[in-house]
Amino acid sequence: MSVLVYTESEKGKFKKTALEVASYAKAVANLLGTTVTAVTINANETSELGNYGVDKVLKVSNSALDTFNAKSYAAVLEQAAKNEGAEAVIVSSSADSKYLAPLLAIGLEAGYASNVVEAPSSASPFTVKRTAFTNKAFNFTTINTAIKIVGVSNNSFGIVETSGSASMEEFAPSLPSVGVHLEAVDKASDKVTIADAEIVVSAGRGLKGPENWGMIEELADVLGAATACSKPVSDLGWRPHGEHVGQTGKPVASNLYIAIGISGAIQHLAGINASKVKVVVNTDPEAPFFKAADYGVVGDAFEVVPQLIEKLKAFKASNA
Amino acid sequence: MKILVCISHVPDTTSKINFTDNDSKFDTNGVQFVINPNDEFGLTRAMWFKEKQGAIVTVVNVGGIETEPTLRKALAIGADSAIRVNTDAKDGFHVAKELAKVAKDGAYDLVIAGRESIDYNGGMVPGMLASLIDANFVTNCIHLEIEGTTAKATREIDSGKETVSTTLPLVIGGQKGLVEENDLRIPNMRGIMMARKKPLTVLDPTYSTTETAAVKFEKPAPKGAVKLVDAGNLDELISLLHNEAKVI
Ligand SMILES: Cc1cc2nc3c(=O)[nH]c(=O)nc-3n(C[C@H](O)[C@H](O)[C@H](O)COP(=O)(O)OP(=O)(O)OC[C@H]3O[C@@H](n4cnc5c(N)ncnc54)[C@H](O)[C@@H]3O)c2cc1C
Ligand SMILES: Nc1ncnc2c1ncn2[C@@H]1O[C@H](COP(=O)(O)O)[C@@H](O)[C@H]1O
Repeated sequence: MSVLVYTESEKGKFKKTALEVASYAKAVANLLGTTVTAVTINANETSELGNYGVDKVLKVSNSALDTFNAKSYAAVLEQAAKNEGAEAVIVSSSADSKYLAPLLAIGLEAGYASNVVEAPSSASPFTVKRTAFTNKAFNFTTINTAIKIVGVSNNSFGIVETSGSASMEEFAPSLPSVGVHLEAVDKASDKVTIADAEIVVSAGRGLKGPENWGMIEELADVLGAATACSKPVSDLGWRPHGEHVGQTGKPVASNLYIAIGISGAIQHLAGINASKVKVVVNTDPEAPFFKAADYGVVGDAFEVVPQLIEKLKAFKASNA
Repeated sequence: MKILVCISHVPDTTSKINFTDNDSKFDTNGVQFVINPNDEFGLTRAMWFKEKQGAIVTVVNVGGIETEPTLRKALAIGADSAIRVNTDAKDGFHVAKELAKVAKDGAYDLVIAGRESIDYNGGMVPGMLASLIDANFVTNCIHLEIEGTTAKATREIDSGKETVSTTLPLVIGGQKGLVEENDLRIPNMRGIMMARKKPLTVLDPTYSTTETAAVKFEKPAPKGAVKLVDAGNLDELISLLHNEAKVI
């Protein structure tokens, strides 16, 4: 018996979400009265996981797994879950985890609840709270199978540090033959991704044109934030499509979302509502975004943003 | 090539979301239902395969009779036939099992589903379906080309995109990008007339167990009013974000 957690890494280093799902797994293990086993794939240093509630690490090292493949990664987790007699498997809401979890669910004949935002409210029936209707509601779901898979929404549970240490075991699962082959990757490696970012700085049509994004990037830089945009902005080709957030774009669940020159249409809000704190900068006090935001500045982005950058720089310098 | 397009019937995004029966059921009163936006992109790409490569396109929904107008709309857009598996789908796992049976029985080469549906946002059905029928699977798909039995797809990843090659049978989870938005079609009169004559087959469900159950709904706590900060006093904003919200 145990709770299995997939702790994702990138170039050998754990992603922030890995520590969050480990913390979540610990909460589930406490509820079920069992221990946490983490699976790592080509991660370098795994001992750090002990500080987030992991009791045991199954360390997989295999160059065939250097690039992500949903089917082979799901097979690794399936074998790990069976070996450990796992009652629950915890994954994140990264694009990779969302890709592999349904495959794993079939392999383990396990019920799967995605976009879960809190620790289970009860062990029997196993009940979790998830978002539904593009963040306009929550839904309590029971998982009735012997093994349960929980996909934890990013930045929802938080990272919980404990003092502990994890034992380590090499794990060498057999890999299936795969039918989907990676040909080429086109990724911005030097930028914070929207999925991982704690802060997202997003701008809309109010910015008038692509030439004005310098200040948005600078603001993001100062905050260590990812940049995003509204749909018309990417449709107009002012910004790359990968930056488009909202119902039809990428979902955002950051701690802080700063919306500049974005009106706050329902389809935009649907995708960013899961962010904890929202700040809006808009010339129009009637813009719907003011109803959804926590903090607002009625003002011209071309005046507010440069000032904000200067003031934040000063703030960072004095808090460093 | 035989294509199956999975259509999920969802409340239009602008709908007010309410619940009834002690918050255990979604209140459909006054709600307008539409084809899930991700599925609309998929259906339009299927139309391209039909027109350019002679594909035959079937649309399918697992749901009650109330979803038929949505299926008729897909027929009016140009699908050749429709299937409805007559059951009140309880969870993604159940839907995937019913769809897998339809996909297997009909020996489809390509199944196009959406990355996720905007009602329960499970993002589970396409992957489960692919696994159940042992087909290749590509999700977050923003481009798809097929030549004979080989396929090339582009998918969005967290920090960019990647290109993959694979073979049929294939299941994709499609999204915006699969076709240009201006290519999305609004059914015209002729399409609507023709749709009435196209076959819509109703099948009995095969499975009844459910692995998960939505037992209760809850709306987010009402949000407090926005705190406005004067544009000339941005230090206050920084202080609020630091001391009150604790996010910087
Ligand atoms: C099916 C469907 C799906 C959609 N999905 C998405 C989605 O995923 N994401 C998304 O974003 N949209 C989506 N949309 C579009 C959405 O409805 C809006 O049209 C869009 O979000 C508006 O973008 P915007 O706020 O940048 O532009 P606008 O609505 O044009 O707003 C610009 C704002 O900038 C303000 N402004 C102007 N000048 C300044 C200045 N100097 N300083 C500060 N503020 C200024 C204006 O007051 C205005 O509020 C979808 C629509 C549909 C129908
Ligand atoms: N009841 C259903 N009938 C047919 N297809 C569905 C149904 N539910 C989901 N799908 C398909 O699966 C995709 C993802 O849905 P979901 O897993 O519910 O987020 C949708 O975009 C549809 O293509």
